[in-house]
Amino acid sequence: MKPKNPLKLEGAQPLSQKAIDALDHLAPSRRDFFKTAGFLMVGFGAATTAGAQSPINPSGNVDGTQLDNWIAIAADESITVLAGKAELGQGMRTVQMQLAAEELSVPLSRITLVLCKSGVTPNQGLTVGSLSTFTQFGTGGLRVAVDTARDALYQLASQWLDVPVGQLTLQNGVFTITGGDPSYSVSFGQLVQGQRFNLTVNTKAVPNPPSTWKILGTPVERVDIPAKAKGTFQYVHKVRVPGMLHGKVVRPPFVGAHVQSIDKTTVNGLPGKPQVVQVNDFVGVVADTEWHAQTAAAALAAGITWSNGVTLPDQSALYTYMTQQPSADSYSVNTGDVDKVMSTAAQTISAQYLFPYHMHGALASSCAVADVRGGTGNNATVKVWSATQGVYSMRPILSTLLGIPQANIEVTFVDGSGCYGHNGADPVTQDAALMSQAVGAPVRVQYSRRDEMTGGESYGHPFVSNEKVGLDASGTIIAWDYENILMQHGEGAAIGNKPGNEISGALAGFPTALVVPTTSPAPATAYNNFSNGVPSYVTGNINGVNNGTGTVASQRVLNRVVESPFWTAWLRAPDRLQNTFAHESFMDEIAATLKVDPISYRTRHLSNQRLINVITTVTQNALWDTRPSPKPGNARTGVVTGRGFSCVLYEGLGGYTAMVAEVSVDQDKGVITVTKATAGIDTGPIANPNGLANQLEGQVIQGISRTLVEEVKFRNTGNGGVITSGDWASYPVISFGDPLPTINTVLINNLNAGLTGAGECLLTIVSAAIGNAVFDATGVRMRQIPFTPANFLAAKAAQKV
Amino acid sequence: MATYRLQVNGQSATLNIDDPTTPLLYVLQENFDINGARFGCGLSQCGACTVLLDGNPIRSCSTAVSDAAGHSITSLEGLAGMAGYADPSVMHPIQQAFVDHQAMQCGFCVAGPILYGYAFVRDNPNATRADIEKGLTGLLCRCCSHTRMIDAIQSYAQESIVR
Repeated sequence: MKPKNPLKLEGAQPLSQKAIDALDHLAPSRRDFFKTAGFLMVGFGAATTAGAQSPINPSGNVDGTQLDNWIAIAADESITVLAGKAELGQGMRTVQMQLAAEELSVPLSRITLVLCKSGVTPNQGLTVGSLSTFTQFGTGGLRVAVDTARDALYQLASQWLDVPVGQLTLQNGVFTITGGDPSYSVSFGQLVQGQRFNLTVNTKAVPNPPSTWKILGTPVERVDIPAKAKGTFQYVHKVRVPGMLHGKVVRPPFVGAHVQSIDKTTVNGLPGKPQVVQVNDFVGVVADTEWHAQTAAAALAAGITWSNGVTLPDQSALYTYMTQQPSADSYSVNTGDVDKVMSTAAQTISAQYLFPYHMHGALASSCAVADVRGGTGNNATVKVWSATQGVYSMRPILSTLLGIPQANIEVTFVDGSGCYGHNGADPVTQDAALMSQAVGAPVRVQYSRRDEMTGGESYGHPFVSNEKVGLDASGTIIAWDYENILMQHGEGAAIGNKPGNEISGALAGFPTALVVPTTSPAPATAYNNFSNGVPSYVTGNINGVNNGTGTVASQRVLNRVVESPFWTAWLRAPDRLQNTFAHESFMDEIAATLKVDPISYRTRHLSNQRLINVITTVTQNALWDTRPSPKPGNARTGVVTGRGFSCVLYEGLGGYTAMVAEVSVDQDKGVITVTKATAGIDTGPIANPNGLANQLEGQVIQGISRTLVEEVKFRNTGNGGVITSGDWASYPVISFGDPLPTINTVLINNLNAGLTGAGECLLTIVSAAIGNAVFDATGVRMRQIPFTPANFLAAKAAQKV
Repeated sequence: MATYRLQVNGQSATLNIDDPTTPLLYVLQENFDINGARFGCGLSQCGACTVLLDGNPIRSCSTAVSDAAGHSITSLEGLAGMAGYADPSVMHPIQQAFVDHQAMQCGFCVAGPILYGYAFVRDNPNATRADIEKGLTGLLCRCCSHTRMIDAIQSYAQESIVR
């Protein structure tokens, strides 16, 4: 069989000739636009042309307000689209191509997509937060750019064919007169003739209505999957540049340890001409091959004397430790009347939920290639190939780290494995750059699994969530009081350009920004859902305006951030998962206390019809059995089954999602198995239903893994604390061979709303849905992640079920 | 310095390698330009580095080049060729099944599920879905496309019986 879609992909490979041809005409030095662009200027006026700078600036930022920075149409009809949202395995490459093809009415194969290269693609910030679809289809992204181009092409065609725009028909990149002679036509290539548009992106350009979609809205196959299945796809791990050497890092064996002495002679005589690189506590070794670098690193490690590390909190008392630290406090909402209303309540209910450090656990240990030439200063240059989520945010970090102007730094995104947030992709890029600068040759750094898991990646925040509500005599919630305490350290260098905010820069001597405790909580001044810290069931009232999805008027959400001993940053559904585990489990507890059905109890406190619609659709699909939990008749020994529900409007801005989990629980062994998941989402018009379903399925299973088994482990030794989760044996995740649920995805194609993303929305609600199902089955309330057999049996004993 | 004769995807080469414990994976990447076997953990825990050694899946990250010498090695890129498809651009039916089911997200792990799936179906032509799930034990997919991958292998198995 032939690959169905043998499209060539961009990345570390040179651009295809088609793309180069299309890009070439963008450089004003190559042509005199004032002579050749006359036709265009008739259409679009000279104002945008005069004094226009080169839109493509290989060493600088790329201005996203200029149409030519997004799209180029070549004389051979090929269309090059330049976009800044990375492919992380979530399918954004394909969706961005679908978007361009749809709006321009051309086949997908006409589009060549160039992704995430500094100086070439527009600066679109980080690829995070389920925001890529929202951004690209919104008013500040790719969609308005291609629609601006589409509208310009209509104007040009109108002049060429000498009919009003309204009489034109566009199909496959060719304009004809509606109802006229089909041979009287003009194509994109003829109209543009390889010229620049010289237009400002019109942020008011109108999209093609989703009801007319032919390419969007259909299950287009991902363009990268054939090469990935065939094995020919090149990831960042396989980037090779001439003269490249291989580097390995040697990290401190204890958290917070410093280099006291290094015996560099330990690598003398080893094969591969090893060179030791040391910048303060940053230690690495560079050699000719990866294996030589690896053997030299092992030898070098034995020759380093480290100071003792810091003493870690005792893992078994981590959550108590968190509550006792000085904290930076802020309110997300605070109506000021919670204590008063709570005091009038007929009944109050409170509970505490606990969530551990989690890892991204990217399948690939991170890798990057850096080529730093000329040492440091204004004449030095940097090229890096990285799976970073932000090619533009990487430039100032490297500039600070290396002492080289940003303008001399080029960052090219090349696919890595799924990262799920701030894994080791950024630090390994900095490691490669530090080593390349030291040895004056290109260096590729491939982390070991331990490098990745014990500091290369920045963990997800551990949480203590304290919930309390007051109910009136009818059981309606009249006040909601929530406090979350989370630990953080670093939060990545990308935000605010602080190389010391992740491991590489910190080891090299750059300062780490620490949590600054507050004396009193910062007030809530503008509504910010704050990572779903605000429960779905409150009004989200700030300064008299309600922005929430619920009806509870008296509300207080206090966020407390304390300093973590380990590196942390955003991990898929960051803090949304932790907060929602607490809120959605707690809502289930309240309903169970009142002996009412947990879904009808939720909708009773919701005002947002779109969220209610998703709940209704999902529960109908799941054949929800309306009744209170726990399930009547279940024995308190042996294997029992139950069902649980959870829902949320992700981050308060996009992705209305609901889920029913069905579980079986072996109450004697404590083993929880998710047998079925009904997972639904409304993200507006669906760009690619197959891709959306793929995302939901992955989030169900990843959510099961994070809920049932995942927890970063650590302990103290006589020489300082160590992270003991350093491989897949010590940080287990769901694996092939483990039980898998039947997954029923419910895709709500809401054509009346704007598009939002789906990369982490569903994941946000998985833990609570499982916990609620466990309660339904067993009467045991799971308030601590992970739901291991030991934690289940401990909860069962403590709750005397 | 020792000399090893390796046969990779039907191509033979003689290599001089100073350390016989050099992982096969590194040799495949550096000397044979292989993309289809990748470094995931280096510990035989995930399967991203899987290749076939004389038709049976192994972890190339933890296999010494000296142990691979003299054997026939097949990576994802060479699977169709090994199965007798002459055109090197052609996909093996199990690879096509992964495309048809869109059975991946990032795709970094797929050497494991595809090559273990291929060998398992070959050795267990009447395998049930549950058998296939168990047959992939020891492999990881962190994007969690497990269900689709098993769907793909199962439909490949059913097509294989028809063929």
